[in-house]
Amino acid sequence: MSADGTKSMSIIVTKGTLDWAYPPFILSTTAAALGLNVTMFFTFYGLPLLLKQLDLQMSPLGNPAMKMPMAGMHMGMPNIMSMIPFVDAGATKMMENMMKKKGVASIAELRELAVESDVRMIACQMTMDLFEYSLDDMIGGIELGGAATYIEVATQSEINLFI
Amino acid sequence: MADQVLDAKGLNCPLPILRAKKTLAGMPAGNTLEIVATDPGSIKDFEAFCRTTGHELVEQENDGKIFRFVIKKTG
Repeated sequence: MSADGTKSMSIIVTKGTLDWAYPPFILSTTAAALGLNVTMFFTFYGLPLLLKQLDLQMSPLGNPAMKMPMAGMHMGMPNIMSMIPFVDAGATKMMENMMKKKGVASIAELRELAVESDVRMIACQMTMDLFEYSLDDMIGGIELGGAATYIEVATQSEINLFI
Repeated sequence: MADQVLDAKGLNCPLPILRAKKTLAGMPAGNTLEIVATDPGSIKDFEAFCRTTGHELVEQENDGKIFRFVIKKTG
């Protein structure tokens, strides 16, 4: 909480698939819209969410809860289907089409709204080095930080989420 | 008649709230913003939005398909 009583929220973003990109960005933009100070800490597979050029994919593999609305029912995909080339790309395309059809914001749009709303975005220095990402690959306006940076933010935040 | 109207039809959570916030930011205090949405979740969302931001939810109505909100910006 800041001196004027404004509440804070922090989110550790660890996943980078198309579906898992949504919860952190929806929560951060909405919290910012509701007046909270928000910090997002991107680490491991959350790092690609900061790339200038987004290329988010999705896979039904190992995801028994993923049942897409198809032909009037909800249908899942057996793991073995993922052996077939382009099945993942197909699932990703299906999801993207569903989002567009139902007026769901794209990740790029949500991310831009987050930046506009002054959401603090920190990229984990250690995993940037690990996966050999450079700051030039990433969108502007982000900071580099480590675990201690995150913990400090978390001690001052009412809400701390691990996604 | 509201000072400004925001068409949020066809937009899903959280876009109606985010667009409303952006539009309100550019308005002088005391002005009213009418938002038209089709997202059923927007009822609870705008109530929560006004509770946390302090803006006043002057009016809200819906016919099950179209949801109308009038929000007055507090200073």
